[in-house]
Amino acid sequence: MHEPMAELIVETSELRKSYDGVEALRGLDLQLPAGSICGFLGKNGAGKTTTIKILLGLAHPTSGVARVFGSAIDASARQRIGFVSEEKDLYGYMTVDDMIRFTAAFFPRWRADLQQRYVRKFDLPLMRKVKELSRGTRTKLALLLAFCRGAELLIFDEPTSGLDPAMANDVLQAIIGHVANEAMTVFFSSHQIAEVDQIADRVVIIDRGRSIVAGTLDDLREKFCRIEIVFGGEAPAVTFRAPGVLRTKRMGRVISVFSNAGADDIAAEASALGAVSVDVMPVTLKEIFLESVSEEE
Amino acid sequence: MLFRINPSSGVPIYLQLMEQVKHAIETGALQTGDQLPGIRPLSEEMVMNPNTVAKAYRELAHEGVIELRHGAGAFVAANARADRVADKLRAAQPLVAGTVDKLRARGLSEEEIRRLFEAELAAPRKGGRRA
Repeated sequence: MHEPMAELIVETSELRKSYDGVEALRGLDLQLPAGSICGFLGKNGAGKTTTIKILLGLAHPTSGVARVFGSAIDASARQRIGFVSEEKDLYGYMTVDDMIRFTAAFFPRWRADLQQRYVRKFDLPLMRKVKELSRGTRTKLALLLAFCRGAELLIFDEPTSGLDPAMANDVLQAIIGHVANEAMTVFFSSHQIAEVDQIADRVVIIDRGRSIVAGTLDDLREKFCRIEIVFGGEAPAVTFRAPGVLRTKRMGRVISVFSNAGADDIAAEASALGAVSVDVMPVTLKEIFLESVSEEE
Repeated sequence: MLFRINPSSGVPIYLQLMEQVKHAIETGALQTGDQLPGIRPLSEEMVMNPNTVAKAYRELAHEGVIELRHGAGAFVAANARADRVADKLRAAQPLVAGTVDKLRARGLSEEEIRRLFEAELAAPRKGGRRA
């Protein structure tokens, strides 16, 4: 909230995108400061892929503004973005070495030093054909290609999808290692909430084409909480006036409140109502996600 | 140095890391003048965000638990505030001991006493909690 405002690497405002009259994005606002690792969460069909396509310059918004590095998304901006798709978009008939040379030719700022380092670190078989590689090795090759182009913004679409837990951890470790050593901003979509919890410092949850939760994970962990209020008898049917009440459940003597604005105001209201016990429990990112996104239609 | 973080616990990760550094100092695993792992290697080893490690170190330095020496890294602080914290804790300990004795005398189990303390600490700070 009150952190010093770093340069914004990604910024969208009121972003809208319709495909044949169907609105994929309905006024998406995103702000991604330099140096952060931002997890991008949402159900299937929430608008994640559309957002990523727009940031990569592969789709154009119907209305609204999307900027990367403070300017329009043009060819020179695209040179500064590395992207790894879920499918890893590689040419199967090429050898690993061919694939690296082929990609390097498109990027004047190609980092030969990093190329050497990652070929060794990932133990890539240079003479093997890409189509013969395991899924994990393909992912590592795709990471190398994204890391070495000299990008300042890395966008990953489901980077660990389909990988076993050990390989997924290797991939996360490679991303963290790269970010720790190079000035880098990362935006990655994922269905793996645990991995967002682990490596992200910011999170954006998108639902029906809008950003519904956004901020640093530390802030979210401090603001979101569940408050269990116990009464001496049947819990009264009350509506809490305190700000931030997202959901209230009443069961017998207990009222459970899910809040996104801390617990103090709600606890004070509960006491005034005669509660005998008020317990505040931290919530996980998974709970925040599940409580925030809309129910199935 | 081995730290263990549980990203899914709901507790901010920088707080978990801070607690573990403090715990390591209490147990003597880390001692005055010892160097803490660098931000980059630690974040890479633990697969956690370098900004989070940096934040934990900044807060620990602010509390006087560690010292950030420019260009050299993070070290367990020599004395001043860490000792004062220890003194403060030592001075408060009889209070806790007295309370625990009284609760035991009322027949409460250790587990019940622990729960009472935890509930009290987790409760909102400002008054008017109990009806």
